[in-house]
Amino acid sequence: MSRNNSTTNQNFIIEGASCASCVSKIEKALNDVPGVELVEMNFAQRIVSVDGKVDSSTLIKTVQNIGYDAKLMSNESEQDALDEKAQADEAHYKKLMRNVYMALGLGVPLMLYGLFIGDMSVNSSTQRIVWLIVGLVTLGVMVASGKHFYVGAWQSFKNHSANMDTLIALGTGTAWAYSMIVLIAPNMLPEVARHVYFEASAMIIGLINLGLAFEVKARGRTSEAIKRLIGLQAKTARVIRDGQELDIDIEQVQLDDMIRVRPGEKLPVDGEITEGKSTVDESMLTGEPMPVSKKVGDKVVAGSLNKTGSMLFRATHVGKDTTLSHIINMVKRAQNSKPSIGRLADVISGYFVPIVMILAVLAGLAWLNFGPQPSIAYAIAAVTTVLIIACPCALGLATPMSVMVGIGKAAEAGILIRNGEALQTASKITTMILDKTGTITQGQPKVTDVLMYNQQTEDKIIPLIASLENGSEHPLAESIVNYAKEQAYSISQVSEFDAITGKGVKGMFNNQRLLFGNAALMQQFDIDVSEASDKAQALAGDAKTPMYFALGDTFSAMVAVADPIKSDSIAAIKRLQKKGVHLVMLTGDNEATAKAVAKRVGIDDYIAQVLPQDKLDEVLKRQDRGEVVGMTGDGINDAPALAQADVGFAIGTGTDVAIESADVTLMRGSLHGLADALAISQATIRNIKQNLVGAFVYNVAGIPIAAGVLYPFFGILLNPIVAGAAMAMSSLTVVSNANRLRLFKPQNH
Amino acid sequence: MLLINILGAVLIVAIVWWFWLYKPKQVEFSDNQVDIIVNDGVYQPSNIQVKAGKEVQLRFERIDAAPCAEMVIFPELDISKELKMGKDNRVILPTLKKGEYNFHCQMQMYKGKLIAI
Ligand SMILES: [Cu+2]
Repeated sequence: MSRNNSTTNQNFIIEGASCASCVSKIEKALNDVPGVELVEMNFAQRIVSVDGKVDSSTLIKTVQNIGYDAKLMSNESEQDALDEKAQADEAHYKKLMRNVYMALGLGVPLMLYGLFIGDMSVNSSTQRIVWLIVGLVTLGVMVASGKHFYVGAWQSFKNHSANMDTLIALGTGTAWAYSMIVLIAPNMLPEVARHVYFEASAMIIGLINLGLAFEVKARGRTSEAIKRLIGLQAKTARVIRDGQELDIDIEQVQLDDMIRVRPGEKLPVDGEITEGKSTVDESMLTGEPMPVSKKVGDKVVAGSLNKTGSMLFRATHVGKDTTLSHIINMVKRAQNSKPSIGRLADVISGYFVPIVMILAVLAGLAWLNFGPQPSIAYAIAAVTTVLIIACPCALGLATPMSVMVGIGKAAEAGILIRNGEALQTASKITTMILDKTGTITQGQPKVTDVLMYNQQTEDKIIPLIASLENGSEHPLAESIVNYAKEQAYSISQVSEFDAITGKGVKGMFNNQRLLFGNAALMQQFDIDVSEASDKAQALAGDAKTPMYFALGDTFSAMVAVADPIKSDSIAAIKRLQKKGVHLVMLTGDNEATAKAVAKRVGIDDYIAQVLPQDKLDEVLKRQDRGEVVGMTGDGINDAPALAQADVGFAIGTGTDVAIESADVTLMRGSLHGLADALAISQATIRNIKQNLVGAFVYNVAGIPIAAGVLYPFFGILLNPIVAGAAMAMSSLTVVSNANRLRLFKPQNH
Repeated sequence: MLLINILGAVLIVAIVWWFWLYKPKQVEFSDNQVDIIVNDGVYQPSNIQVKAGKEVQLRFERIDAAPCAEMVIFPELDISKELKMGKDNRVILPTLKKGEYNFHCQMQMYKGKLIAI
């Protein structure tokens, strides 16, 4: 999700351009605009496409200046494109179904006739004439409803390549041509072989069209996740310009526009709240069901839903730069990439068709040479069946369909997977390294215990500590200042502030020295803290960090700070362990804190006081041992390890650097996302394997049976019509099985 | 019978030669701008020669509604693009090193080859 402003492509509808020469005039004008890299106008469609880092309004002005009008193409908005695609699919489906009715309308009666009433052999001259007419009608139907197979076969033949169309055309063509030879020159064939196969040709064309039609329908459902994400985009935004509120198209919202959102409205772009507060439902992006409360200064993202209050925010990312757009693009790109498990299928299907053609010839020759009489009839049946059953489509579809659904499914759960390879590797992870701070814990320390010594009182001491810490940039300081603010203590100015590295801070207030820090600091200034030592040890054992405060020379208070464990970390860690993944916790914290946290969450293997380089080394060390290592983290210091791990998981609430180094981003801060990611990955890989097995059985194992391998032993020879049905079902099976993945639920609690 | 067997053998040899051994003619595009029509189960042209070391721009015009045609994939370049029905499907490839680059649809039914020289 890089946010760099790279080149964008914008399309405009041009109005008023009536001549071809307008094209060059418009292109030239736009080309002269600084920042424009490429201009291209399609005169027929009156659409101009512009690449470059330029504002759309500048471009529109440019066109208007030379006498035309331009409108940013809302057609480009993905939603419309999807609708368009749905319409095209629908039209294609209808066309295929028309073909099905036509072909089956002829094929089914013919088949029933052959089965129940007459035999299809040709003996008398009346039969010949009737069958000739049927043959010509069949040809008509084959051309009318199967034209695309024949044209496609011929086109690809000319290109020296072969595909599904080639096989269908050859198969049905062989059956038809043989039948015609029977009718025209019966004397060439022995009497028992004078049999026509017109019903086979018609049925096969019909069944394969039926398979394709179902496939179009089923495919529409696989991209549902993308459709849903795109559906999250608002169409308009209420923008304040020149003191006026107006509703404008989402495409026209610009950076730094002030935007008003009312309760129940979708947020149109990313931004930062400047006024008001509300709760926002981000579940569509993060999978997190609870609405999040937002106040001034908080970031909000496009596509989330404003629940309760009205607010005003400043647009920080618009158009293709919003988080939602990045997510959509990332999911799309990932859906199109294949994990290596699919590569073998690619290689097979690449060489498949010519091999099948050769096998068909060999099968035909075998029947002619060794088959029973009428051998020619058996040979024709075998050749046709082999050609028909062997379409490689299902094999080619097996992987991309599952990947598409799996990555979409993950996106719905707030898990962004960068590519198909990561999806596959995630299913094989044996060791998961977890960064502690920000991953298992919330990453924001909180004051947990306040203890007073030497007759001091909290209302006197806490304001002093907070005042002293107010100058410090240490994360622990923030927690103390926040604590004081929560208790409504006032904070004053401290003089001679000094931070003592690794120990704490020092300052002066009302001519008294203030000291706040660890035991080492107290030791340095000879302050006796022995009366608190038991308590301090107990706190440390509880994963809390104790700190001491001295007023003048007197030890006055102890404050413990801890980074609380996320509420659902323990449950999520149990889920991961149940999957058989070995967990390792890494942290820069001291041994005592690390040990306490590890114990609380149930991880046996932990390493404390690690530096960023150590995290990387730990990943490398385990990879050397042959483990498949996953790494989960949120910080910049995790980035090298995230990049080195077999699969890096970034916590989405973490830094951009971590997110960019990782293969998977967990939009929701919870570790449950990690367990979900592994579950989805395993389910997807299982689904791909099922698909490959299914396709393989249909296509590859089907061939020898079609060729008649079983005939000598069991007398089984497939009917070409059965082959047609099987081949139509194979793609459908694969697509439907992939769709089944949509119902998968990663969480089982 | 012998005749038929010989005929069969010839047919097999012909298949091998036509689909594997024969090197189809390449269509040359020295300006590296190529219009490719996607229809009837093929890319046309499908054997494309371009100049290496220069950005390549391909414009796919998809006429074929068959779902197989929906996506074009360049496996060596890790590029894939969804093809909308109609003309405005542009794929900009990075500058290519000398060599052969395949492209095909999801199911490998539509196949093409880019040759950069
Ligand atoms: Cu196909």
